[in-house]
Amino acid sequence: MKGATTHRYGMVIDLDKCTGCGACMIACMAENNVPFRDDESDKLLSLTWMRIFRLNNGKPFPEADVCYLPRPCMHCEGDHGHSPCVSVCPATATDYSRETGIVSQIYTRCFGCRYCMGACPYKARLFNWWDPVWPDGMEKFLNPDVSPRVRGVVEKCSFCYNRYQLAKNKAFLEGRRELEENEYQTSCTQACPAGAIVFGDLNNPHHQVHQLVDPDMAHGGRPRNPNAFRILERLGTNPKVYYLSSREWVRRSGDNTIEGEGKLKSH
Amino acid sequence: MNIGRRSFLSFLIGGAAGTALSPLPWKLTDDISIWSQNWPWTPVPATGEVTYANTTCTLCPGGCGISVRKIDERCVKIEGTPGHPVNDGGVCPLGSSGLQVLYGPARIKTPLKRVGERGQGRWMAISWEDALAQTADKLTELREGGQPQSVACLSGRTYGTMPSLLQRFMAAYGSPNFMTVPSMRDSYALTFAAMNGQTAMAGFDTENTDFVLSFGSGIIDGWGSPVRMFRANSAWQGGRGKVVQAEPRLSNTAAKSDIWAPIRPGTDAALALGMAHVIILEKRYRSDFVSNYTTGFDAFKTMVMAGYSPEKVAQITGVEKNTIVSLARSFARASRPLAICGRGRGEVPGSMNEFMAVHALNALVGVINRPGGVWALPEPGYIQWSGPDLDAVAIAGGRRQRLDGAGSSNPAASLPNRFFTTVAAGEDYPIEAMFISGANPDFDFLNNQRVAEAMAKIPFVVSFSSLMDDTARNADLILPDHVYLERYEDVPAPMGFQRPIIGLCRPAVTPQFNTMHTGDVIIQLAQTLGGTLADAFPWDNYEVCLQDTLGDQWDTLVEEGYAMDEGFSPAPWADMFGSRKFDFTAAGIRNGFVPVPIAGDDITYPLVLMPYDSMRVASGAIGNTPFMTKTVDENVLLHGMAFVQINPVTAGSLGLRQGDKAELTTPAGKAEVRTDLFEGIMPGVIAMPRGMGRTPYDKKLMKHGVSTNPLVSSVEDPISGLEAAWGVRAKLSKA
Repeated sequence: MKGATTHRYGMVIDLDKCTGCGACMIACMAENNVPFRDDESDKLLSLTWMRIFRLNNGKPFPEADVCYLPRPCMHCEGDHGHSPCVSVCPATATDYSRETGIVSQIYTRCFGCRYCMGACPYKARLFNWWDPVWPDGMEKFLNPDVSPRVRGVVEKCSFCYNRYQLAKNKAFLEGRRELEENEYQTSCTQACPAGAIVFGDLNNPHHQVHQLVDPDMAHGGRPRNPNAFRILERLGTNPKVYYLSSREWVRRSGDNTIEGEGKLKSH
Repeated sequence: MNIGRRSFLSFLIGGAAGTALSPLPWKLTDDISIWSQNWPWTPVPATGEVTYANTTCTLCPGGCGISVRKIDERCVKIEGTPGHPVNDGGVCPLGSSGLQVLYGPARIKTPLKRVGERGQGRWMAISWEDALAQTADKLTELREGGQPQSVACLSGRTYGTMPSLLQRFMAAYGSPNFMTVPSMRDSYALTFAAMNGQTAMAGFDTENTDFVLSFGSGIIDGWGSPVRMFRANSAWQGGRGKVVQAEPRLSNTAAKSDIWAPIRPGTDAALALGMAHVIILEKRYRSDFVSNYTTGFDAFKTMVMAGYSPEKVAQITGVEKNTIVSLARSFARASRPLAICGRGRGEVPGSMNEFMAVHALNALVGVINRPGGVWALPEPGYIQWSGPDLDAVAIAGGRRQRLDGAGSSNPAASLPNRFFTTVAAGEDYPIEAMFISGANPDFDFLNNQRVAEAMAKIPFVVSFSSLMDDTARNADLILPDHVYLERYEDVPAPMGFQRPIIGLCRPAVTPQFNTMHTGDVIIQLAQTLGGTLADAFPWDNYEVCLQDTLGDQWDTLVEEGYAMDEGFSPAPWADMFGSRKFDFTAAGIRNGFVPVPIAGDDITYPLVLMPYDSMRVASGAIGNTPFMTKTVDENVLLHGMAFVQINPVTAGSLGLRQGDKAELTTPAGKAEVRTDLFEGIMPGVIAMPRGMGRTPYDKKLMKHGVSTNPLVSSVEDPISGLEAAWGVRAKLSKA
């Protein structure tokens, strides 16, 4: 990897604990002023920074099993020093931060070419096909820390960057340069009623995220915990969102495997 | 200078190349994209001072502590209160989208009087003076006419000052017809009354359980206090305990359980008795408890030994014999096991036979009032109002038979289910006026066509709803309450919580519209009616009443947001069962497994439809918020059409493929649906989420899908009279 990243904020989601309730999705929408329309059942057109996928083991009754997988932006840090979306953006509307490891999205720079959406292997990027409209009175609950987007721009999960900024400001006023683990938490992490989401600095061995997955930084942060996995590991995008599951079929659904394939390999 | 073709082209190309190499195009692109995003209609949320208001959520009976983030006088986000004993910082989907209720277009902004036909949606805004005067006039007229019993009241809440004020009003006025909306809480209370021999609420010490045997309870689908149960489940997942889920469908709870035992629908009690058989046969029961503190064990033993061997139970339930034996063994072997029931969220009270069979299992392993077990909690006792003094009219009216038949021959506290049937049939005396607070019977009750028929016979229906729900829509007068974020209220006894606790719901914002606290409405009505009614409500307003009632606890509540009896421990066996022993032969269980006869014959209706509960679909009086509807998967709801889950084998035999449109028919009704092929559902069973398909009073709120309530025929439990239908027989044909 090129250049050192001071902090590497990342997330660990315990799929054994995740109940698929959707509280993270809603906490995200509320924090980030995500709009809604009359009919959002066509998920290709529905804006949800955090989306929960329902995995199944493909077995017939009664061996069937399902597992939910919440998917925020993976905040990739590719082997070659760039995330798939960052490298294709012609407007520099999305960038990889060497300070936090967060992939940003600057709405006012985005002109809606959607190359990034094509490049993102996780479908974590969403396009505003319509102007957002809040029913009369509902604009009252909009959060001033996050600007509402307009038609024609791409948006995605920012790891609640506004919360990072607030925490940094507060720390600065108190004469500190570094944040405590609990000072900067994303909205979904805070809301999760099952306590399934953990957020923190993967570079910091004292942080829970580091301890849970034991990332191998020499190999793009690949998890050493055998129950931990990342989605599409072999693409080499090195996501900073890790998943934990005690069920093998769930871990295997994290990547495209062919039948009988053994341990997952990096490319 | 002569400009030739060549030099002209050179100029053009050179100019273009030069411009392209300059920052100009990039700067322009940037500027244009910024300029093109500066639309006046894109809201720019105002900044301001950030504060947090701590209060208690009342959107479900869970009683979570919530923290409302405010920017000046706007609420912008609801988060869980860290350190709160119920939810410790977590929040559910409904709770976190509560601001869409507060600021949503479904709010009723002022008192409304119906001007068109009922349900037509034509209203006239009236002043509070008029609204209260019209209500008081009607009440005075009925009372002077000697028919105070013809006024009925339905409250969505069971405990606290609000239902108590309503109940007190009805008593002082002279009507016996005060009802609350029953749930599994009522079934547990009746089970405790019959078997434990005392009036108590059920609390579950799930934080300390290490083996949960759940008979269809949606531990992570909304049962009990949802966030609390999620936390317990996470602890079990982390190695603190095992979960066994007996259910015909792979619910989220079943999927997360350690063992999922797919069981034929409605045979849960038989499985419990089969496990009791194994436990007794192998002498794995807690003999110190059974021999010292129980009665009727021998009869119970004879009954389960004779009729519920694992072989027989396997035939009834479809659960394999070996599974029954091994489940019974691991349940009895666990150090702190717990058996629970109440299907899904526990909104339908259910069969007493089932509750008693499950409670008998808890008794066998001796976990009643023990760590990790099921606890008998005292009902909240802080409401100590004297009286009320009754005048002659009130005494005469109060002596009349309740229309729901509860209380006298029947142990249940209220049976609104039967009330609506009685009123619809026009039996006994007529109901002339009906007050509805915090409930939405026109939508929520099974077979809700009956409710509509009953309502049509009641000439004066008053709704206290803050939202234009199905019931308010069909009312004659709406006296809108503040929503929970605008009002004071005590929130005692979160569903299933194991310690006595009162949460304080208090205003995070001033009322947004011309609404009035229902407590104030009641106090003002009583004072207008005068006489003993006015004497029964001596408070200036609801807030004074609440402070008076809570007495010493008020300061704690204001400071902490809740008041909990930290040191509470349940009564030891010797105290609890010393004089009145645990009864293994209560009426509901004496004769073994008694299935609930769901409607429909299996020739016309070869399938069984079971409504299921999902955390992403709100049922109850509050419907789905737009955010919640947004989280619903595309194989549950697509373009307004709901899906039924069906096993691929069953679907194949009906010629149905994924996403096909189909007609769903039950003895009670019909609906257009789509099919979702799901390997996790038992062949022959189909399932749909409860809570969708509300009347579209607002495009963005819950117009979607199909309600299961009109499709499921109501079945009364023979012991309690409470709603016991867990499903209905159904037919699915390709549309």
